[in-house]
Amino acid sequence: MTIEQTQHAIIDEFKLLEGDREMSVMYLMDLGEKLPALPGSLKIEENIVKGCQSKVWLVADLKKDHVYFSADSNTAITKGLVSLLIRIFNGNLPEEIVGSELFFMKQIGMDRFIGTQRSNGFASMIQRMKQHARKFQTSQGVKA
Amino acid sequence: MKSHAPVIELNVASVRKAFPVLDQTVNGHPLVYFDNAATTQKPTAVIQALVSYYSGYNANIHRGVHALAEKATRAFEDTREAARQFLNAPEKEEIIFVRGVTDAINLVAASYGKSTLRNGDEIILSALEHHSNIVPWQLAAEATGASIRVIPVGDSGELDMTAYEDILGPRTRIVAVNHASNSLGTVNPIASIIKKAHAVGAKVLIDGAQAAAHLDIDVQKLDCDFYCISGHKMYGPTGAGVLYGKRELLENMPPYQGGGEMIKEVAFEKTTFNDLPYKFEAGTPNIADVVALKAAFAFINSLGKENIRTHENDLLEYADEKLLTVKGVRLVGTAANKVSVQSFLVDGMHHFDVGQLLDARGIAVRTGHHCTQPLMDRYGIEGTVRASFAVYNTRAEIDQMVEAINRVSSLRR
Repeated sequence: MTIEQTQHAIIDEFKLLEGDREMSVMYLMDLGEKLPALPGSLKIEENIVKGCQSKVWLVADLKKDHVYFSADSNTAITKGLVSLLIRIFNGNLPEEIVGSELFFMKQIGMDRFIGTQRSNGFASMIQRMKQHARKFQTSQGVKA
Repeated sequence: MKSHAPVIELNVASVRKAFPVLDQTVNGHPLVYFDNAATTQKPTAVIQALVSYYSGYNANIHRGVHALAEKATRAFEDTREAARQFLNAPEKEEIIFVRGVTDAINLVAASYGKSTLRNGDEIILSALEHHSNIVPWQLAAEATGASIRVIPVGDSGELDMTAYEDILGPRTRIVAVNHASNSLGTVNPIASIIKKAHAVGAKVLIDGAQAAAHLDIDVQKLDCDFYCISGHKMYGPTGAGVLYGKRELLENMPPYQGGGEMIKEVAFEKTTFNDLPYKFEAGTPNIADVVALKAAFAFINSLGKENIRTHENDLLEYADEKLLTVKGVRLVGTAANKVSVQSFLVDGMHHFDVGQLLDARGIAVRTGHHCTQPLMDRYGIEGTVRASFAVYNTRAEIDQMVEAINRVSSLRR
């Protein structure tokens, strides 16, 4: 699925929750629980996403030109949030990630049910993911 | 099971009517405001005092000869007298208006601390302190070569008074502790802390941020050297607080900030400073909020601290009892003597997540370390969920919170 298609799928899933805040938060927490935990060896300072109130660790790999993120967090809601981004970005080319526009947050009204602080943290996660993708892009360019 | 005597002195329904903000729904549920230790809501009288000032007699105070300046000055100084009475301070001149407790402690640490501390001197703080009562002293210690010692806290959240006596000594110059803990609610035995400090010749500052709305304060009976309160945590406006200091200390302290109002005469060669309290009130003060603070004192006085305390104690006991019926809930802070603050954790859930889920049901609590990281470290936790009650809260609201936590914790298992 493309980045755009995955976003539409997420929007459709959240539509089923009919904007109920409690259900939306619970759903995010469920998503978070399904995200495999990062091994302790990767939960290190340099993998922490700065700008998040909760602790978020993020690592990126490049496999056959495609980007794969893994992440973990100490809070279930944040884990759910980062799992959405992983679902959207994983398996895409670095340039697709760098050039992507994320519109699903607005469509599902995310800032209403996670609040400003978490929304800012969420923006930091996206920024960090794009930075990783940009680095892969540059290193690929060097190789070529 | 403890019995809960009905509170007859306070008519909570009519108290609630004085707080317009309470009458609203949040996320489709009636607002339950349990974040009072962070800031309380404001009664109509306080809001009205702000409106009256700005719409009726806004003017810069002191030195003015015109009618509005006269009226504003009188209102400003009336609050000083009300604050004096509220704290039972001997003199009006010992009441300094500040932005709040943080500002007050910074003033004392920078002025009294830096001018009197010497290399090797000791400042005693407690493990229960808010960062506001830690960091200003660290700055003063760093500047003077003094060091900081800490009264440890036990598992229930009570200070270890034996350890306090052990660390008190001939090098102790200042003891700075809170009257009540913002994270755990513990009411500290400050009368005894002050007495023991004075016995070794140390001065004592009491952070009264969490006490002002709940406990009787009598600075003469306590014989404390400094006592500070924040207006916004006692139904008053933000940005207006009070520092009480003993005259002899304030007289000898150098000014904290320079500017207008705090001077007698200025020449480029030398400036003579104004008398107390103006020496410590540089620049145009926060007139409107100070004026409205008087209405907050009046509000508390009209209900009576004892009645407030009886009602809030009832809420705290009821909350503890109900919270403990929820599987997986652990109370943090179980001291025998507390103000109406209860921190807790829900098994297997991060406190941020609990807070977010409560918010979805219209319940406002605080989550995190509550600016007391050393205390959280002491308990090996990152933070807590904190519910703090005020005079307008009800048992029904506690039921609403406990029901939401029950739901959350059962769904998460």
